[in-house]
Amino acid sequence: MKFTLKIWRQKNADDKGRLVSYMVDDISPDSSFLEMLDQLNQQLISRGEEPVAFDHDCREGICGACGLYINGRPHGPLKGTTTCQLHMRAFRNGEMIYIEPWRSGAFPVVRDLIVDRSALDTIIQAGGYISVNSGGVPDANTIPVPKPNADSAFDAAACIGCGACVAACPNASPMLFVGAKISHLALLPQGRIEATRRVQQMVAEMDALGFGFCSNTYACQAECPKEISIANIARMNREFLAAKLAAEKEQTGGFTI
Amino acid sequence: MGATGQKTFSSIASKVLMALAGVFLLVFLAVHLGINMLLLVDDGGKSFSAAAGFMSSYPVIRIFELALFGGFLLHIVFGVIVSIRNRWSRPIRYQHKSRSETAPFSKYMLHSGVVVLIFLALHFIDFYFIKIGVVAPPPGIERHDFYSRAVLLFSDTTYSAIYLVSFVVLGFHLNHALQAATQTLGLNHPRYTPLINAASTLYAIIIAGGFMAIPLRFTLFN
Ligand code: HEM
Ligand code: FES
Repeated sequence: MKFTLKIWRQKNADDKGRLVSYMVDDISPDSSFLEMLDQLNQQLISRGEEPVAFDHDCREGICGACGLYINGRPHGPLKGTTTCQLHMRAFRNGEMIYIEPWRSGAFPVVRDLIVDRSALDTIIQAGGYISVNSGGVPDANTIPVPKPNADSAFDAAACIGCGACVAACPNASPMLFVGAKISHLALLPQGRIEATRRVQQMVAEMDALGFGFCSNTYACQAECPKEISIANIARMNREFLAAKLAAEKEQTGGFTI
Repeated sequence: MGATGQKTFSSIASKVLMALAGVFLLVFLAVHLGINMLLLVDDGGKSFSAAAGFMSSYPVIRIFELALFGGFLLHIVFGVIVSIRNRWSRPIRYQHKSRSETAPFSKYMLHSGVVVLIFLALHFIDFYFIKIGVVAPPPGIERHDFYSRAVLLFSDTTYSAIYLVSFVVLGFHLNHALQAATQTLGLNHPRYTPLINAASTLYAIIIAGGFMAIPLRFTLFN
């Protein structure tokens, strides 16, 4: 197959950047999107040009490292698919393909298509963990967990933190990510212990990083490669309201809301 | 300032306040429509004037009137602040237009809100300011006579056209409003959320359709 690529090229964080056109030919319909870019980079290297920088790691849809904004959609045209799992057969032969980095004030471009997503890690560091000492390995089923809770927690835990929700959101809001991270802990007994503090700290950190606010467009849910549900955002809001309005007083963050 | 060092309203609190004020406005619109529907009763405005008279004199309603102004103010102020913050959060925009699927009209809440606000300003000049005596009523009409005022306004095709367009836009705002507010307030349920989405659309059609029936009745069938 043959494609015209319009790729965002930017030398470093200070460079203004621009779209550059490239032609690629001889692309197998079965090659993945990243393999197609590898092929382009081989060409560029043999011509003595700088290869296009993009993030990737596992290439099997589980690590969350890859992430390109392809023709106006994070991770491209297929539902529930990461960029690395997207294949060229999803495109028309000869199609013009726009490839851009995730755009958010909190995700500065490092180079070309690579953005710095450490803001998401900062949110996790604010409370997305369990710090109580869990002791040795308990026998199976000593801590009862209702099956529906376990299922919902598992669905939320499927989030790979790629940031597609931020990239898709008209407001560059990470609330699907934060909602998923809060949910998978809040639904399980070990996570409940710090739930009140966690939701307040993570939301405060998210706000401090300058992300936008959810306006219920649900673009995040439509684009999430793990198809995380916006029910997790509602759960985060519930947890937050409960923490602010109905928690034991030592656990609330003072009087601010 | 709380333990987290945060000084302003959090993202979720801002959205919840907006949603609560919005839900209050949804109730207000239903009451307002109920009264306006009396304009369609063929009794020369008797029942409408009675209801309007009650609404502008009964003390408890006066308190609600203040709450209503507060509700609008809260909703608009937070709506604008949140929308500005949301634009700032993506200083460099995409070159390619977004093709992500979104909830119907959800991206245009500010645009539709501003149209509703402009209509609201007109509406204030035409009714509220005349009622409280800030603006002089048109010759021959007493300032508490809302019925004659409405009949006169709707006999003007331009006014009726502006009115109709405003309510179509309000309808779009409302279609997203109720279901967005429930989600913001943390209510999302596998069974009830689809029903609430349907109820939002139904509410929007009833409110927009109901208000629009009045100028249509006065301009087309008079
Ligand atoms: C009677 C009139 C109105 C009603 C019943 C109404 C109701 C609502 C409701 C219930 C929401 C959903 C809140 C949420 O997302 O949780 C909403 C959103 C919104 N409204 Fe209104 N509204 C009205 C007028 C206005 C006006 C005059 C503005 C003026 C600017 C406005 C601006 C907005 C904006 C910007 C949003 C979306 C904000 C966001 O989610 O980021 N609305 N409205
Ligand atoms: S490279 Fe690991 S998810 Fe795509």
